[in-house]
Amino acid sequence: MMPGRLFSLPVALVFAAMVVPAHAATIEITMENLVIAPAEISAKVGDTITWINKDVFAHTATARNGDFDVTLPPKKSATSVPKKAGTVEYYCRYHPNMKATLKVEP
Amino acid sequence: MFTRRSAAITAAILLSSPALLQSAGAADQPTDPQIAHIAYTAGVIDINAAKQAQKKAKSKDVKAFAEDMLRDHEAVNKQALALVKKLNVTPEDNDTSKALSKQASDKLAELDKLSGAAFDKAYVANEVAYHKQVNGALETQLIPSAGNAELKSLLQTGLKIFQGHQQHAEHVAAELK
Repeated sequence: MMPGRLFSLPVALVFAAMVVPAHAATIEITMENLVIAPAEISAKVGDTITWINKDVFAHTATARNGDFDVTLPPKKSATSVPKKAGTVEYYCRYHPNMKATLKVEP
Repeated sequence: MFTRRSAAITAAILLSSPALLQSAGAADQPTDPQIAHIAYTAGVIDINAAKQAQKKAKSKDVKAFAEDMLRDHEAVNKQALALVKKLNVTPEDNDTSKALSKQASDKLAELDKLSGAAFDKAYVANEVAYHKQVNGALETQLIPSAGNAELKSLLQTGLKIFQGHQQHAEHVAAELK
């Protein structure tokens, strides 16, 4: 019995850690032909944003409020996880005409 | 199709980019190998201008702009090279490419004499003018004349990105004043 009790706390922690990502969704945002799609999308704190650059050009996803700045080499993708709620306007630093909105819900 | 002349296109070129027309052999529509050469040459010109600016520019915004030009034009030209290889087309030198190169080397020499804020201003002003000229040629001459669909599509992507460059250059120019 003793070994069982001793293990119960670490096991509970492991389960707790697994529960959080199970609820988190993955949201895809694509940059193609110098357009960000979707232009507006919602995510929750803790979700994973997958940024997909389908162009032969390098892009960035740069939050105007400084929350994130993801660099995307040509034909590459990257991920980021929003940590706080709010509506974030972001754009590509290299191509400022590319802009979109990410709404992060708590 | 290549031999057919279009008065409307000629008139548009006349109005939008006199420097290109002077050299284009009047109303002759460029062939795909010539178009590939013109587009590639136009890219190399802006890459060289950006390299000069990286060495000489003073303003942070101008340096960043030059870096953007280098990155994008190298990407487009890499695509262009891959496409001509795939299509087994040999880019063909022509009067338009020659005129563009001559104009560009004159400009490089002119800008080389400047430094500091004067260089920044002149470089950005030329970037505005140059992108205007190239975009005009793409819209009215190169894209309509392109026969191969993939070449046409690459030119259209180029036009879109260069229109962004023109706006970006205009923005930087306004900030310098």
